[in-house]
Amino acid sequence: MSDHPTGIKRWLFTTNHKDIGTMYLWFAFTMLFIGGAMAMVIRAELFQPGMQVVNPNFFNMMTTLHGLIMVFGAIMPAMVGFANWQVPLMIGAPDMALPRMNNWSFWILPFAAIMLVAPMFIGGDFMAGQGPAFGWTFYEPLSGQYDKLAFFIFAVHLLGFSSIMGSINIIATILNMRAPGMTLMKMPLFVWTWLITAFLLIAVMPVLAGVVTMMLTDKHFGTSFFDAAGGGDPVLFQHVFWFFGHPEVYIMILPAFGIVSQIIPTFARKPLFGYASMVYATAAIAFLSFIVWAHHMFTVGMPAAGELYFMYATVMIAVPTAVKVFNWVATMWKGSMTFEVPMLWSIAFVFLFTIGGFTGLMLGVVPVDFQYHDTYFVVAHFHYVLVTGSLFAIIAGVYYWLPKWTGHMFDIRLSKIHFWVSAISVNILFFPQHFLGLAGMPRRIPDYALQFTEFNQISSIGAFIFGGTQLLFLYIIIKCIKGGDKVSDEVWEDAKGLEWEVPSPAPYHTHATPPTVK
Amino acid sequence: MEPEVIAKTRVSNKKTAGKLLIIVVAMFGFGYALVPLYDVVCQVLGIGRFADIESGKYDPKAQEQLVKDMAANKDLTRNVTVEFITVLNGGMKWEFKALQKEVVVHPGVMSTVDFYAKNLTGRDVIAQAVPRILPGNATKYFTKIECFCFTQQIFKKGEARNMPLRFMVSPALPKSINTITLSYTFFDTQPVALK
Ligand code: HEM
Ligand SMILES: [Cu+2]
Repeated sequence: MSDHPTGIKRWLFTTNHKDIGTMYLWFAFTMLFIGGAMAMVIRAELFQPGMQVVNPNFFNMMTTLHGLIMVFGAIMPAMVGFANWQVPLMIGAPDMALPRMNNWSFWILPFAAIMLVAPMFIGGDFMAGQGPAFGWTFYEPLSGQYDKLAFFIFAVHLLGFSSIMGSINIIATILNMRAPGMTLMKMPLFVWTWLITAFLLIAVMPVLAGVVTMMLTDKHFGTSFFDAAGGGDPVLFQHVFWFFGHPEVYIMILPAFGIVSQIIPTFARKPLFGYASMVYATAAIAFLSFIVWAHHMFTVGMPAAGELYFMYATVMIAVPTAVKVFNWVATMWKGSMTFEVPMLWSIAFVFLFTIGGFTGLMLGVVPVDFQYHDTYFVVAHFHYVLVTGSLFAIIAGVYYWLPKWTGHMFDIRLSKIHFWVSAISVNILFFPQHFLGLAGMPRRIPDYALQFTEFNQISSIGAFIFGGTQLLFLYIIIKCIKGGDKVSDEVWEDAKGLEWEVPSPAPYHTHATPPTVK
Repeated sequence: MEPEVIAKTRVSNKKTAGKLLIIVVAMFGFGYALVPLYDVVCQVLGIGRFADIESGKYDPKAQEQLVKDMAANKDLTRNVTVEFITVLNGGMKWEFKALQKEVVVHPGVMSTVDFYAKNLTGRDVIAQAVPRILPGNATKYFTKIECFCFTQQIFKKGEARNMPLRFMVSPALPKSINTITLSYTFFDTQPVALK
């Protein structure tokens, strides 16, 4: 059974969910470093007022590509990587439902990434910033004036194809390939969150594909969806974009909820508190995410009734989100807690994600958002939910399952250093950005007024520490793959779930005969 | 696993994928459906690109009646300031300005303001001005009787001329609004026509 091609052919032609999961994760990790390097350029430029490191256009290109790469290159593929590795293991399936399509969904990604960054290098002068420089939200009419727009559009199309195929695969796997006895309400929460996320993806990625297609025909085929000269409306762009964009942010956080919901019960040694309410809360969040999009555009001049509706709907999302936070805390409550590395990251997640949730709530209130829209307060908000939220959960998940994947325990001392330095520096990095925003510093600017200097310097120092520390993460992972203490099949004391019943390291083929589910 | 179980799963996987693909196609269509949907909502609310009631569906009779009604209720005790902003899209090489930066008008009284434009591009240009009124909720109380934005404007290379705007502010304008800003953005339609 276990003979399979080796070398490059193994990776090019593989249909094995573990191989594909591994490739997704390495791709995401690579993108994390590329996007991270761009963030370092941003923070270096913002270390002082005035222009030091790059020119304004290059700066804009950095913010744009940083955002796009982190969203579409790092966070989303990492989550899909987890889904590939873990969903079949956790539901007792031998592989994904559509293995060949799985191979395509992955191999499209590197090409999409190349298309996205290629314009940077075209036309000679690298420092001029030839790449997209209109923000990750690519608002019209600015984006429509970019001369290499087609690169960007086709990159987004490819990313869309990849996610849609990935999602179809995940849904089919979960619906059709569960081991006998694994009813829906017995599924691990990670599987549940991914099932719902995959539906979100299927619903909104086509809308994203639609909006970029409209941009393409506006630019090259004479339509006027967004072109005001021909009767179009750029505000329409914002509506269609955010109809995709808001569910997209939940696409990035729901699997993170799932990961944390696996880890906390293991190290609190208690079953997850309120399992059913977790499932319903996830579904409620997913549903609500479709009807709140205009909270990103409170300032475009909507009628008051529209503003009020979107405000109430937005604030309502806090309810199911809070249900989740309370359930995690209740799971830990009176548990026999131990603080292994995955647990440390998960606790940091609960704590810091909640800060991001609170600032989201603040921004959901219309009069407040009029003040803080497009300031660093928004930047602080979404980095708390995305970095200390999604990314922390991803790191927690890597530490949680890495021993199962490799058969080795990682270097605990180094990984604790990795955690503590990251957890402290990420706050040095993002917390001052709240103050900058409250004081009125706009986002997406390469230069700023003098009074913002100190907080920017603190933030940049935090950024350099946080960024540098992730190299340690890379080292820890490589070290763990190469060797380390052998782990048991269970890995973590009394860990529950089918993935802990297969040997460590997980063999190339698992659950060839379906396991029994109690 | 037994071969028949595997075969059965394979069939149901294909079926599931097929159903999901239908959702994908439908949602792509839905993205496009948002465009007319947006128009309907804007029309009902009288905002966005339907800000100007006249654009698109211009009914001269209804407009005449509307102007008559407004004039009958004119309010000479009330002053409303109307400001003008002129913008050129995407670095278009034109000169474009309102000859008066602002005027003070009475609701129900017709006013005329001239705008001046000169084509400096070195070629003939078909241009289109797109209006926008702020605050948004003043939009439906601002009626343009004659406007250079109603049609495309053809400017020969180097041509300059004045273009009139005749408008009336409705006496029904909410009391909280004392200043209305009218912004015009001029677009060179060539890129639209040529692309
Ligand atoms: C409690 C739940 C949340 C609420 C009420 C909320 C509310 C908001 C609001 C109102 C804005 C717009 C701010 C502005 O531009 O003026 C915003 C921006 C944003 N939020 Fe949240 N949010 C929540 C959770 C999340 C989560 C979980 C994520 C992602 C994991 C997220 C990611 C973002 C991002 C990326 C932006 C900025 C988009 C941009 O670039 O303009 N938010 N949020
Ligand atoms: Cu949102």
